[in-house]
Amino acid sequence: MIGFDVDVIIRSIGYLFREGLTFTIFLTAFAGSLGFAFGVVLALLRNSRSASVRWAASAYVNTIRSLPLVLVIFWIFFLVPFITQWVLGSARPVSIGPVWSALITFTLFEAAYFCEIVRAGLNSVPSGQGEAASALGLNRSQAFMFVVFPQAIRNMLPVLLTQFIILFQDTSLVYVVSITDFLGAAGKVGQRDGRLAEMYIFSAIVYFVICFTLSLFARRLQARSLTNLASAHA
Amino acid sequence: MNYHWNWTILSAPAPDGSPTYLLMLLSGAMTTVLVAACAAVLAILLGVPLGIARRIGGPIAGLAAAYVEVFRNIPLLAQMFLWYFVFPELLPMGLQTLAKQSSHAPFVLGTLSLGLYTAARICEQVRSALGAIPRGQSMAGLALGLRPVQLYRYVLLPRAFRMIVPTLTSEFISIVKNSAVLLTIGVMELTASARAMQEFSFQVFEAFLVATALYLSINFVIVALMNLVERRLVTAGVVDGISGRRGSQK
Repeated sequence: MIGFDVDVIIRSIGYLFREGLTFTIFLTAFAGSLGFAFGVVLALLRNSRSASVRWAASAYVNTIRSLPLVLVIFWIFFLVPFITQWVLGSARPVSIGPVWSALITFTLFEAAYFCEIVRAGLNSVPSGQGEAASALGLNRSQAFMFVVFPQAIRNMLPVLLTQFIILFQDTSLVYVVSITDFLGAAGKVGQRDGRLAEMYIFSAIVYFVICFTLSLFARRLQARSLTNLASAHA
Repeated sequence: MNYHWNWTILSAPAPDGSPTYLLMLLSGAMTTVLVAACAAVLAILLGVPLGIARRIGGPIAGLAAAYVEVFRNIPLLAQMFLWYFVFPELLPMGLQTLAKQSSHAPFVLGTLSLGLYTAARICEQVRSALGAIPRGQSMAGLALGLRPVQLYRYVLLPRAFRMIVPTLTSEFISIVKNSAVLLTIGVMELTASARAMQEFSFQVFEAFLVATALYLSINFVIVALMNLVERRLVTAGVVDGISGRRGSQK
């Protein structure tokens, strides 16, 4: 390696952050929030009274969780055009483009992981809370909405944040369907200017700074919820 | 849906030289298992000493902590690109040509990357398992005249290892899943084979369904083997610190 060329980074920094990082953050926020919402639904389905619903929900969660994200990205990328064709009744498979495909994939994939986090969070709330709520005359959904869920979400906050950090890192895998995220943008510039080393090292540093800062924050949340628990039990 | 299923494609010859597409996918699965196994060995060989280092304290613990933070906070794909595209540039000339031209380079560098990445996670598991062992154990060991190395070898590590078997199981499954990232640097593992079959034959769902089934079977074998290991390692009367499960009876 003949010298580290800082200039190539400075020249492309606007592009990297405007095009690349914006998409990475958008995908993380979109799939994270929607995936969390679906995750809550899945967690409720896994506690459903109907055995077949419970079975279907856990089959979905366990299957997704045992497949590589890259394979799931390809699955959705090729499957969705056929589903769209079937829904719209058109003559040929309808392509929705890699970006939509990625948004759908990450949402469905994250839902399975969030489901398990939500389930653990719900289990961490003592059952007496739900029973007390129904003794007070709240119905099942009220007891869930106003008593159990708010406590559960406080307990799972650190793990949720950690999952968002993992998701933020995993979005780099959209590389396999040629989407320009942060890492992809760095790779493009590096390829064009023959400066792959500089660009990949720089993007690794940026990822590190963002994820490390967030993980420090997650650790503080964790410590605080532990002291909360300790004082609640005291 | 308007898809033309053609399962006989699996017995058709594949253009990569495999006698059939099914064999092509199976050889991809073999590569996946090989990558995962090598990476797992590397991760344990490196992760266990790192975990011990974090418990010992001092500057060594700081270095181990730094290792964990670096490898945990950079996406695996970015790490793999660094190993594959950047690392060879730092090598002396002879090795550099080898790393750039050898057909084994993607496999070796990719497995190295996956192993080092996973070592950070194993380190944290070992650290928390060691932390969960009651302090009386190491005190008793020292009182019996064991040297620190012996203390870890005969008292602490055997207990820690029993504790992390369940988390190690999910870690092995993660390694298998993460090995799919190696397709980005050109390793023909299972996902890459399925993708190649889709490109050659256009029978996308047959390819992906077989790949999915193969991943599920690999995971199933891992879980079964690790259950066997867990049962083998049970020590009568010992309650382990993390799950609180009893070792004896039942």
